[in-house]
Amino acid sequence: MPAHPKLAAAFIKDKDRAHWHDQSLWFVRSKRDKAVNQLPEWELLREQASKIKSYVVSHLPDLLEEFEKNAKAKGVHVHWARNATEHNEIVHGILKQHEVTRVVKSKSMLTEECHLNPYLERHGIEIVDTDLGEWIVQLQDKPPSHIVMPAIHIKKEEIGELFHEKLGTEKGATDPQYLTEAARQHLRQKFVGAEAGITGVNFAIAETGGFVVCTNEGNADLGTSLNKLHIACMGIEKLIPRANDLSVFLRLLARSATGQPITTYSSHFHGPAPGAELHIVLLDNGRSEISGSDEFRRSLNCIRCAACMNTCPVYRRSGGYSYNNTVPGPIGSILGPAKDAKEHASLPFACSLCGSCTDVCPVKIDLHHQLLTWRKEIRVRGLLPYSKRLSMKMMSWMMQAPRLYRFAGKCARAIVPHLPRFLLYNRFNAWGKQRELPDFPKQSFREWMKKNHDDK
Amino acid sequence: MTTSRDEILNQLRSQSVPKTERPDLSAPELTQQWINYPDPTEQFATMLTSVGGVCARVKNVEEVNQKLAEIPAYQASKKICSQINGCGTPNVEISNITDPHDFEDIDFAILPGEFAVAENGAVWITNDGGPARTLYFLSQHVALLVPAAEVVNNMHAAYERLSFETPRFGTFMSGPSKTADIEQSLVIGAHGARSLTVFLVEEPF
Repeated sequence: MPAHPKLAAAFIKDKDRAHWHDQSLWFVRSKRDKAVNQLPEWELLREQASKIKSYVVSHLPDLLEEFEKNAKAKGVHVHWARNATEHNEIVHGILKQHEVTRVVKSKSMLTEECHLNPYLERHGIEIVDTDLGEWIVQLQDKPPSHIVMPAIHIKKEEIGELFHEKLGTEKGATDPQYLTEAARQHLRQKFVGAEAGITGVNFAIAETGGFVVCTNEGNADLGTSLNKLHIACMGIEKLIPRANDLSVFLRLLARSATGQPITTYSSHFHGPAPGAELHIVLLDNGRSEISGSDEFRRSLNCIRCAACMNTCPVYRRSGGYSYNNTVPGPIGSILGPAKDAKEHASLPFACSLCGSCTDVCPVKIDLHHQLLTWRKEIRVRGLLPYSKRLSMKMMSWMMQAPRLYRFAGKCARAIVPHLPRFLLYNRFNAWGKQRELPDFPKQSFREWMKKNHDDK
Repeated sequence: MTTSRDEILNQLRSQSVPKTERPDLSAPELTQQWINYPDPTEQFATMLTSVGGVCARVKNVEEVNQKLAEIPAYQASKKICSQINGCGTPNVEISNITDPHDFEDIDFAILPGEFAVAENGAVWITNDGGPARTLYFLSQHVALLVPAAEVVNNMHAAYERLSFETPRFGTFMSGPSKTADIEQSLVIGAHGARSLTVFLVEEPF
């Protein structure tokens, strides 16, 4: 699989688009700041959220059992899946039992993680993503590039063209109002015709056996209130102990995600509607392993608000697809290697360690520390590419030999400024790809000290 | 046979995860810090407007009816439902409908909300899961009637009022349905209601 720098290079080739992408995300980050600044108790809320999530991870098996018991008492069917395959089989099994062939789904990164759509399609089930952004990427046959705004990387002209081709909207139409209306009309038919609704889960409550789904479009509610079968898919880390913990999380989630005070709909499901069936699928898929790791446990705090990617200078400039992981950005660069370190070895290096992600994270994940720890881990596991290993080795060797270091510096200062460009800016100099080298100083700091200080 | 359930739980139990305490959210040192507004109703109206909704403070249902008649979307509505006695000019009787699909062409629904939250412009609504639940989402336009005295400051106060002992559906609705999935341009009326009017009604209804 291509590494992050290679995929990012493809994205930044189009400079205007990369700049536009950067600005779009910064706009969202700015909205987040504005919303956050209206609450004097913001930091206090983050602390509580972090403590609640730590409690959850340290009591996860008990809370899962409590949740299962209370959900069952309310008439919910609870399923457990160790991995994506089991998850997909369970969902398909339920649909098959009800002879369902048309399903609507609201946004769920977990079902993306499991590649549920292609699985169900192979079994002859039509599955329609109903979040507008996710539907747009589904029509393109692509995955989301962002976990909250799945189509953030696509321009309205391209959406206009896509809708013209797939829905027969006017050619050349680019007005978001017009395009959204076309999607509304089309997806209404899907909602009305669906025999089952699949949703993700934002929070599941151990104490009550219920769960909460947040959307702005109302698609989760339309998808579940019109038919008799609701399947909710969740990662086991989505639990919270009590219903009133939601007061903390619902205050943090939308403000962190898009700068809204709360999502338009925060729907609480407790048991099935009369005459309907409600199923919950609890998925592990590597999460229990992360909970055993002292270094990376806190990554399970994540509530998928995407604040870390909106603020990340690397994500903003390289686009979600450059991460080649269901969850991109800083948190994805931690979760990706945890799932498969070899496959995602380049991700922890897609980071300048600026720490902005850690500053905005509503559940106080020490993101940039974990990214640094992952780099070490990838080195220890021998997963660094040869070029990086070699340069590190040479660097370490030189840094340990002061005379050699001084000599090398002297040579560089004397020779480099006179070298022709092709020798300086080539494939061996990754740093110089988009940048000019700074002017070389005439003397080293040591020489300067000697002249200006020691001699006086 | 070990099931996936047992395997997941055993795997989690085999780890030594340091136990941490959960915070006491009712502790005064926390609750004293949660935001309160000098005029929660005013704050609610401001927040609801900021998320694309409309807030109207009225004396009674009659006044609601007057205001409804002034709303262009209401005037243009062909099919209207109301769950509030004497409110609006309903021409579809909710209790006659057993299949939620029959609400597909409802233009305007007038529905109850339990209380409003000042900090985010949300209204808490509940439903027993009957077909009328879909009205909140499927109708082209929604008006909610909320008792004027039932405006709480923040989400902590909101959850103090809620319990989830029996199977039930509930949601916080904050403004009309919206999306910004096309180039971050806000569009009101994604899949759910194209408009949301919240009436804070002084007299019982």
